[in-house]
Amino acid sequence: MDIYLPIAEVSVDVFVLLGLGGVVGFLSGVFGVGGGFLLTPLLIFIGVPPTVAVASSANQLVGASVSGVLAQWRRGNVDFKMGYVLLVGGLAGSFLGVWIFTLLKQLGQIELTISLSYVLLLGTLGALMMVESIRTQLRLHRPGAARRKLHQHNWMHGLPLKARFRRSKLYISALLPIGLGFVIGVFSAILGIGGGFILVPAMIYMLGMPTAVVPGTSLLQIIFVAANVTLLQAYTNRTVDAVLALVLLAGGVIGARIGSQFGTRLRGDQLRLLLALMVLAVAAKLAFDLTVRPPDLYSIASEKE
Amino acid sequence: MSRAKSAVGFWGWSWCLLLLTLTSPWPAPARAEALAADLTSHLIAITTGFTGTSVVLFGAIDGPGDVAVVVRGPDREMTVRRKSKVTGIWMNSEEITFANVPSFYFVAASRPLEEIISPGATTLYHLGVASLEMKAESGAPPELVESFATALIAAQQRAKLFPNVEGKVHFIGERLFRTTIEFPSNVPTGTYLVAVFLVRDKDVVSGQTTPLVVSKVGIDADVFGFAVRQPGLYGIIAVLTAVVAGWLASLPFRSA
Repeated sequence: MDIYLPIAEVSVDVFVLLGLGGVVGFLSGVFGVGGGFLLTPLLIFIGVPPTVAVASSANQLVGASVSGVLAQWRRGNVDFKMGYVLLVGGLAGSFLGVWIFTLLKQLGQIELTISLSYVLLLGTLGALMMVESIRTQLRLHRPGAARRKLHQHNWMHGLPLKARFRRSKLYISALLPIGLGFVIGVFSAILGIGGGFILVPAMIYMLGMPTAVVPGTSLLQIIFVAANVTLLQAYTNRTVDAVLALVLLAGGVIGARIGSQFGTRLRGDQLRLLLALMVLAVAAKLAFDLTVRPPDLYSIASEKE
Repeated sequence: MSRAKSAVGFWGWSWCLLLLTLTSPWPAPARAEALAADLTSHLIAITTGFTGTSVVLFGAIDGPGDVAVVVRGPDREMTVRRKSKVTGIWMNSEEITFANVPSFYFVAASRPLEEIISPGATTLYHLGVASLEMKAESGAPPELVESFATALIAAQQRAKLFPNVEGKVHFIGERLFRTTIEFPSNVPTGTYLVAVFLVRDKDVVSGQTTPLVVSKVGIDADVFGFAVRQPGLYGIIAVLTAVVAGWLASLPFRSA
């Protein structure tokens, strides 16, 4: 059954959209990542114009994150204080990000910059997470091994403005989440994603947050980032297809329910290993696309006269 | 499959037709009365269930001859970029912008075009994809223009907006003719021009231009119009709708 999308100006099979939404919702339920990194390229693949794909993904992300946060909140898995502190940094960072984006656009090659940043960022993150997960797995299979320390003390713990984050069982400087939020804000604006992909590993490894509260808290931040992107895109580019977003959302909430139930059955270290594998797979795919001769060397962009 | 409907009265179209004939990009025909043609519908209405549609063009000629039909959507400016390998990475390195690229193009004839019409007339009346005059931006390297134009045509053909082969105009007896124009679901909106030519002795002796409007109607038109006219409000509503949908979706979790 086909449905005509008024802003994208194409007809697509409604079940394909529901399926796409479902897969992305599943990922967000399990890991607390928005899934924009996966959704946007898939939408482009089924014929939605890239600008509409980016903007409408952000719109559906708002709804998916709201539903995810509410579900996690009922289990007590959202650290609101941490979320707000991250957001302060995030909003400041997105201003710098938008400025950098404009600058890169003027220099040309914005797409290349985006792909290269993804490869570097995801490649590094994925590799680090992979090494850590494998070590944890090995340790688990060695009985009698020394119990790991909760977290290492280093220069980060000497910073001022210490605050207590009760849900996360942390007593750290507020500058850390603000700084992290800032970096995420910059990347979100440049890469057009919610930032969950960078945020989730950083919360686990940099801040040392317990894995259980990470998805909910990450999604809380994504709501606001995605809402901001949707508003900006609707206002400046008129590329938000609300019909597309709602259909994706319908599939997404079903996926997210299954995903979050699946996620609670997994151990934290298994969750991290799966996430590491996924991050590495995306990085590898992007690196492959950059270095292998594309099937079609030409690309077409249309402007209304 | 949505059916196209005609919503505008006969007199409205007659005026349109007259105006379009006067301002038509095709040279004025020598004898207009030698040919009469019309479409089964002058409006393609795009609704939520739109999956593409077809319109039949039919008409009559006053004596022996061949008929060629051209349908042209609103012109667009299109930029073609080509990737090449720079330090091991494929990136966009060259680009050429073409003006006057029809957003939709269709051509049909009662016999293969090269058999019935001279190359000069083919170019003059833009008959066939090869005779479209897509102007490359000034300063474009001439050695690249041809391959870039070919890539552009190929992309439009893949999108079913340009024909892969000439369509067929069927004759019923000697005077009556008809042809079917297929529009895909991604058909661009705007005012199209349908030109019908009577061809004798390898030249166009008569022609007629008819408009065809492709437009969104109903809820899709409303959503689109709202997004364009009130972009700020549209954005806020889009966000709020998503928030409410997300909240509603999470409700069943309570009982679980």
